[in-house]
This record gives sequence, structure tokens and C-alpha cells, in this order.
Amino acid sequence: MTTAQPTPDPRRPFPKTRRKPRFWTRGKGAVTAVPYFWLLLFFLLPFAIVLKISLAEPLIAQPPFTPLFGPDGALQATLDNYRFLWEDHLYIVAYLNSLKLAGVSTLLCLLIGYPMAYGMAKAPPALRNILLLLVILPFWTSFLLRVYAWMGILRNNGLINNLLLGLGVIDQPIQMMNTDFAIYIGITYSYLPFMILPLYAVLERLPGDLVEAAQDLGCRPWKAFATITLPLSVPGIIAGSLLVFIPAVGEFVIPSLLGGPDSLMIGRVLWDEFFGNRDWPVASAVAIALLLVLVVPIMMFQRMQLRREGA
Amino acid sequence: MSQATGGGSSTSWQQPDTPPFLRIEGVVKRFGDFVAVDGVSLDIYRKELFCLLGGSGCGKTTLLRMLAGFEQPSEGHIYLDGSDMTDAPPYERPVNMMFQSYALFPHMTVAGNVAFGLKQDRVPAPEIKRRVTEALDLVQLGPFAKRKPHQLSGGQRQRVALARCLIKRPKLLLLDEPLAALDKKLREQTQFELMTIQEEVGITFIVVTHDQEEAMSLSTRIAVMDRGQIAQVGTPTEIYEYPRTRFTADFIGSINFFDGKVTGREGEALTVDVPVLGISLQVRSEIELPPGREVCVAVRPEKISISREPLDLPNVLRGKVRDLGYLGNLSVYRVELDGGRLVKVSTANTLHSTEREVDWDDMVYLGWRSSAALVLSE
Repeated sequence: MTTAQPTPDPRRPFPKTRRKPRFWTRGKGAVTAVPYFWLLLFFLLPFAIVLKISLAEPLIAQPPFTPLFGPDGALQATLDNYRFLWEDHLYIVAYLNSLKLAGVSTLLCLLIGYPMAYGMAKAPPALRNILLLLVILPFWTSFLLRVYAWMGILRNNGLINNLLLGLGVIDQPIQMMNTDFAIYIGITYSYLPFMILPLYAVLERLPGDLVEAAQDLGCRPWKAFATITLPLSVPGIIAGSLLVFIPAVGEFVIPSLLGGPDSLMIGRVLWDEFFGNRDWPVASAVAIALLLVLVVPIMMFQRMQLRREGA
Repeated sequence: MSQATGGGSSTSWQQPDTPPFLRIEGVVKRFGDFVAVDGVSLDIYRKELFCLLGGSGCGKTTLLRMLAGFEQPSEGHIYLDGSDMTDAPPYERPVNMMFQSYALFPHMTVAGNVAFGLKQDRVPAPEIKRRVTEALDLVQLGPFAKRKPHQLSGGQRQRVALARCLIKRPKLLLLDEPLAALDKKLREQTQFELMTIQEEVGITFIVVTHDQEEAMSLSTRIAVMDRGQIAQVGTPTEIYEYPRTRFTADFIGSINFFDGKVTGREGEALTVDVPVLGISLQVRSEIELPPGREVCVAVRPEKISISREPLDLPNVLRGKVRDLGYLGNLSVYRVELDGGRLVKVSTANTLHSTEREVDWDDMVYLGWRSSAALVLSE
């Protein structure tokens, strides 16, 4: 080797090496850092506050809960609120009911959304964009307004009942408002696009020749669907289901506008605790518990994503 | 044509009494106003490796898809081994297709892909296992059985696709651009493997390709397609040496055309007056063409001799070397004639030397025998 070595400076025996550019200071890292910082600030911070309140005791004061550290500086945290959630069966019933309502709605969304997404993906390309637009179109109107519209449709003297009465099919209006049925309608209707879009994204990318190859190898069309299309669209099914299920569990507007007094959902319970009872510590405990109930499906989603990227 | 110079003499397509294995009869396919396949009739015989050759949009893939059952002909019939399969759905045809993209199922292993067809036929599990092993050995992929398609190279994927089609022992195997996705070296190697496998399994292959070299080296016979129609059917030699139309002559290999008029006959050769050259060319032809008939004389570059010395040949032209390309095995020249016309000439580099016999801007003589050229009247 004939490369000239630089004579070492006796005061600095190790030449200064250029530091590797760090991830967070490089363009790519910075772009990622901004949303992370945003999330940290507006998710983690409120979460920490709610967690803190859930460990306090209620007070009739302002704010309506005991501080985390007493006047003598001692930590005053209690798990009483969580114990209360566990002991009063109202909360557990509300959680289970939320899971049931959200679960059934998710299934309904999947059953309605899959054929729609499939049809869109198989439509001629020019038509596809129009169909996609039609799916997104409801978002251009306020969510609240659309739920109110359902009230007009489902009421005792609403659109459906009046139509059926007018046709003489029924002589008493059917009670649809303020039932679980109305909640299913509301959630399924509102969250259907969140099911369709990820399903469509997966189905549209699926090469058509895979199904042709399956048919060529002896599959009838329905069998080709079951062995090729369906398994390959599982990522879309999972993504869509989580996108519907997670927000539906905590849904507040739909059950309070369309649901009856006995269709308990955790979102409503939460609201009642905060604003009806003004029991902030219990309300916070409800919120934390809801988060824990949802963390499991979120983790599942994450793992699924990772596996897909690894494949 | 009597000049046919096919391989063996017992080849079935040369015996008039052999019934065809696959008969395509007046098949037309329209997509709206567009006619993709325009009245194709073809007879293909058992154990042939038949190539459908043509440029993009010539209808070759549509024809193949009709054979597979993915498209229904607008008119005409398709008979395989005596039975009409024109309207049979793909899953009921004894035909398998290898897709250009290979269409391997990404969620299944190599073995799962290969076993797929047999599972649909409810073949018992031990037999599936045996035949999958057999098929994977045939394409030398035994050790890769448990891999997923995305863990394989392009060449390996191509062989999985082939094994997946072959395992059902179809009567007819359709291959859509089987080598298009491979690089050049691998393509040449795979080409020979494909031929060996075809001989081994004895299945009739129909290959769609746009690559004329591939078609030439692979097939027993070639059908050249142009705008939905069959331009010519023949062995690679027939197609190359005796193209019947200007399109076929031009599509396969390189060629020089000289437009002219028949003036008469001298023995075996027709005399064609070519105004551009200002001389008459002698072309051997068995077809009798009346004087005054407009024809085209076609000469392949490698059939033209090039020299700085005068040549003793019936057809001689004079010109200046404008372009010279050294390709290693060949040298190609573009010679500008006195009238400004460019003629393509190629010679095999038989001497081991860096000296050039003919160089840029040399005045040269070009010449060829009357039997080296063709008369095309279409």
C-alpha cells in the first residue's frame, strides 16, 4: 500500500472522524419526528393526565379530584376507581355490550363491504374512480348530520314507518329508534367506507391472472375465489375490521342519538360519568380501561402490518 | 412448398393423412369494433412445439387465451383431440397455461403451487406427493419445495410455473412469452431445457412469442401472425428461407427488398427489371409469373458476397461502404449503391485476424447467385 498516511498530531492522536449523520437529524428522520412529536404531545400527555386523575379520589371542588401529591408531599394514589369498575357490574356490562355492538357492526360492514370492494376492484378502470368517489362522498357531509338523518328515517313517524303504513304492510309503526337495531344501522352505515377502502386497496392490486391460473388448473370460479382471492385479501379484511371495530367500541354519538336507554355503550357511560356525575376519577378509570380493551386489537394490527412488510 | 427442409422425414405435419391434434377453424375474436383475431385456421399435430410469432397487438395472445378458455371466440371452432372445446370453461379443458407473469400463488409454497392442480382433481394425497416430487425433480427444483415464490429467482419461478402446468399432464400446454422475463444468457439455457422437457413429457406445446430468434430455435413449426391473421405457417427454415409475403420476410431476420417488374425467363431464373438499380436481377423461381407483373426481389444480407475485387456472379452491384458493424461472429455492412440505395450485407468472420478485408468508404462489389434471392409477389 502506498497511500500516504497523515502524520498524527501529537496532541490529538486520534484523528477526528466524521460522525455518522444521525437518523433524527437527517431529512427522513425529521419528517418522521414531527408527527411523532405531535403524537407524543397530544396523545401521551393527555393520557398521562387521565391516568393521573384515574388514581385520584373525587372531591366537590375545582378541580373535582384530589391532587396526586398531598399537602405534606406524600403520594396519594388509589386503585379504588378501578375496583369500583370491577365491582359495579354496570361497567362490565357496558364494556361487553360495546364489544358486542362493535363486533356485530364490524361483521355487518365486512359482509356488505367485501362484495362492494370486490365489485369496485373488478369494475372497468374508468368506472372505478367514480365508484371510489361515491364511497368517499358521505364524508363531505357532517357525520352528526348523517346520524340525524337516520333518526328521520327510523322514527316512528319517519320515512320507513310512513312508507310501510301507507302501503298497508303494517298498521302499527315498528319501533326502530332507540333500539340496538338502530345502533347497528348507524355504526354499519357510518363506518362502512373504512371497511371498503382498505379492502378495495388490496383487491385492486391482486393480479387478475392468479385467479385465471387457478381456474386454468381446475378451479371453478367460486373455488378460485375461496382459495386465491380470499386468503390474499386477509390483510385488507384485518385492516378494515380494525378501522371499524376500534372507533366503534368507543362510539358515543351513535348510541346516544339512535340507541335506547338500555343500549349501554362505554362511550355513553364515560360521558355520563364526566358530565352527569362529575366523577372525574371514575370516568378516567373507564377511559383507561377502554384503552386497555382496545390495545389488544391494535397490537394485533401492528403485528399483522409487520408480518406483511416482512413478506 | 416442395423446398421444405424440415428435420426428420417422419414428422407428422408433413404426412397428409395424419389427423390434426388441435384444429382451429375460422376463429374470429372481436372486442367491440376491434377485431383481435381475424379468421384464423390452424392444424397443430401431436407433440409439436408450435410457435405463434408476431409483434404486439397481432392477436397471438388473444388466440392463446381462447385456447385456454379465458376468451370465447366470436366465430369459429376449436377442436382438441377430436372433441369440440370451443365453449368449454378453462377448468374443464385438458389444457394448461403458463402465464407470462408466471402467476404463482404468493401465499403458497413451491410445492403447494405445484400440487394445486392435482388437489382440484381430488387426487389422493400420497399420489400428489409423489407427482409433486417428480415434477420438481424434472425442473431441478427439488430442494426449493418449501420456499415461497418471492424467495426464488426469476429463472426458478419460471420453472415452478412450468412444473405447475406439467403436473396435470395436459393434452396441450400453452406458454405465453415463457422466456420474456429472463435475461439473455438464462433465456438461451432455458430454451434448451424447455425443448428437452417437451421431448421428455411428450406434450404438445404452443408457445406465444414476439422474439423471432426464440421462435426459430424452439419450434417445430411457426405461425407468423399479422393484424389478427396468419401470415404464414411453416418450419423455421421454410419461414426464413422461403417467406411468402413481404411481411414475413421482413419480420423474420434482416432482408433487402428491390421492387421491380418481371421481364422474362432465362432457364430456371426469372429476370426482374429493377428501376432503382438500373439493372435486371436474376432470381430462381419455380412460380411462373407473367412479364410485366410487379414483384419484389428479396435477398438476405448473409447471402450477399462482398469484395473489393469484381465478382463472377449473375447479380452484381457496386457501392461504397457507409457503415460497418463488427459483432464478433459477424460483420455487418451498409453499402450505399450508386443510386443512393442502402444494402445490408453480413459476413461471417471466419478468419482469426484484426485486419479488415473491407473497410469504411471502400468501393466494393456486391453479388449473389440467382438461387440466393426470392421473388415475392404479395
